[in-house]
Amino acid sequence: MLLAQILFVALLVTAITRFSRMVRKIRRNILLGRDERISGDRWQRWKNVLLLAFGQKKMFRNWIPAVLHLFVYLGFIIINIEIVEIILDGVLGTHRLFLPYLKGVYPVFISAFEVLAVLVIVACAVFLIRRNILHVKRFTQPEMTRWPRQDANNILIFEIILMLLFLTMNTSDQALQMHHAPHYVHTGRFLISYPLAQEFSHLSNGSLVALERGAWWLHIAGVLFFLNYLPYSKHFHILLAFPNTYYASLDPKSRMPVMESIVPEVRNMLGLPEEAASDGSSMPAHFGARDVFDLSWRHLLAAYSCTECGRCTAACPANLTGKKLSPRKIMMDTRDRLEEVGRNIDQHGQFVDDGKSLLNYISEEELRACTTCQACVEECPVSISPLAIILELRRYLVMEAAQTPQDWNAMFTSIENNGAPWAFPPDQRDQWTASL
Amino acid sequence: MHIPTVAELQARGEQPELLYWVGCAASFDQRAQRTARALAKILTHAGIRFAILGQEESCTGDPARRAGNEFLFQLMALKNIQTLNQYQIQTIVTACPHCFNTLKNEYPDLGGRYTVWHHTQFIYRLIRDGKIKLKPISSEALQLVTYHDSCYLGRGNGIYDAPRDILQALQLKIVEMAHHRSRGMCCGAGGAQMWKEEEKGTTRVNIARTQEALDTGSRTLAAACPFCHTMLYDGVKYAGKEEEVEVKDIAEIVAEHLQ
Repeated sequence: MLLAQILFVALLVTAITRFSRMVRKIRRNILLGRDERISGDRWQRWKNVLLLAFGQKKMFRNWIPAVLHLFVYLGFIIINIEIVEIILDGVLGTHRLFLPYLKGVYPVFISAFEVLAVLVIVACAVFLIRRNILHVKRFTQPEMTRWPRQDANNILIFEIILMLLFLTMNTSDQALQMHHAPHYVHTGRFLISYPLAQEFSHLSNGSLVALERGAWWLHIAGVLFFLNYLPYSKHFHILLAFPNTYYASLDPKSRMPVMESIVPEVRNMLGLPEEAASDGSSMPAHFGARDVFDLSWRHLLAAYSCTECGRCTAACPANLTGKKLSPRKIMMDTRDRLEEVGRNIDQHGQFVDDGKSLLNYISEEELRACTTCQACVEECPVSISPLAIILELRRYLVMEAAQTPQDWNAMFTSIENNGAPWAFPPDQRDQWTASL
Repeated sequence: MHIPTVAELQARGEQPELLYWVGCAASFDQRAQRTARALAKILTHAGIRFAILGQEESCTGDPARRAGNEFLFQLMALKNIQTLNQYQIQTIVTACPHCFNTLKNEYPDLGGRYTVWHHTQFIYRLIRDGKIKLKPISSEALQLVTYHDSCYLGRGNGIYDAPRDILQALQLKIVEMAHHRSRGMCCGAGGAQMWKEEEKGTTRVNIARTQEALDTGSRTLAAACPFCHTMLYDGVKYAGKEEEVEVKDIAEIVAEHLQ
């Protein structure tokens, strides 16, 4: 038993160490973003976490996937309680540690987990069908290249395997209990695995123990492997959805935040008195965003929180009418660029200019297609705003790179000279009243 | 009917209770001017002491800002705030959701704090409080209408009900489009698209949106934004339906039915 315990602890420590190293790296990447203070109603923020992340509220704008996702989500949250027992058993060399404390409630709990496991399998199977056979449009758009699709399938297949292992473990355990095998204490009947155990009861105790231990080890090893897969995957949203909904903007969706750094200069141009000492914000490296460093850490956190579901893109009027813009791609590109910057830092100890920027990923054409209609922001189940990133990049294009469509330049000139985006003189502004 | 400017009132030592912020579209666009006149009629009918800035009004800076020109936006915003503050303006009504959003949500960052109403909110309140009386609609006029949610009003500011409540007060029957309320589809003009060609695509946003509106079978397409109005009208023309289908601002519909 001791050898198994030592092996288990070694596995556990390795997995957790590796995972926390990856998480620290992601945290470092996110903090490469521009500093932004979070203000506003803390209670409202917690409410958003409860409603959106815990409560899945936005998911229910779309019923079928919402229900299926709920199974997987509940399965994830609740089966984690079972994982606690598995880990403790592994470390202490015990078997079903919680049984003596929970007594008659124990089989009720495990039965509930088993039902969820079955629902998770069903949901994941339907998801696989939606992605690979039905070809739901939002899963097959151009930014869904090989890896994003593979990643999605990996996750689904992995979850199915983990659940099957969990059920196998319980089934062989129940069969062993029927045989009154030593060490396999009597737990009472589990809802799913007890009937299945009848089919396995002809197996010898040796085979059943091998099956039970095998499934137990593969299950927990699988969970730990999955944990370490998360940081490389869009599935990281299961962790970051929570902070992301907390830190998401509380402003009306149509409100664009002011660029504080240029206010003193503009006031100066108008001959307005300097406002009382500003918050010491100095000139930014760029007007707007050229690269991930110019975005707020909140936008970078959002990029890691995106699970590429594509609800934003499915609602985007530009995308719906065949333009290149896809809000989901904006988030995927931001994350890809940030990961690239992260690898650059890992390699050199600090960021060494690679002659690239976020604009190597996101084209001007995409940025120009946005109507700022906020449909993407409205749809995101975890409060990501692709729009915020688009607007920051537009600021860079216009204010610094001077890459402005001719028509927009004409509009700017009109506003500046006539106080109107069209070339009408100001003294015609009240002519509409003449015919009243 | 003469619409006073704030400056005129000030010269007489008066202060308006409400500033009507007209916006560039309703000032210069012939079609949107009808909305401006309709709203002026409604406010007058309700006995509201309102005024306009007239030639002192200027673009809020919204299109410049959305295009990325924050510098120009702040220039316009600070100038407008100076004007508004100089006249001690407190309450503003506007028929443009873009002006509404900028004045309400974005000017406070630069020191301009006002109570801002979108005209649909304001008109609904006038109806509810009995300040304006509406003519009962004759049976021929009783027809289906569909309402197009403006992004800056709906998703942007959560105003979905006021425009619909007004139409219902007029006893019109609203048929919703495939995309409505928080799922409403953009007309294609926002984000400074109004001032440039659309990017390459399979169709234009306003054509796709107008098709949804036409699919409802409504004879009237109600808008609450001058840009939506223009885009839908162009869409109706493109579909060759301008003889059968009318695009109207909610204010126009109300003004036509004032008692």
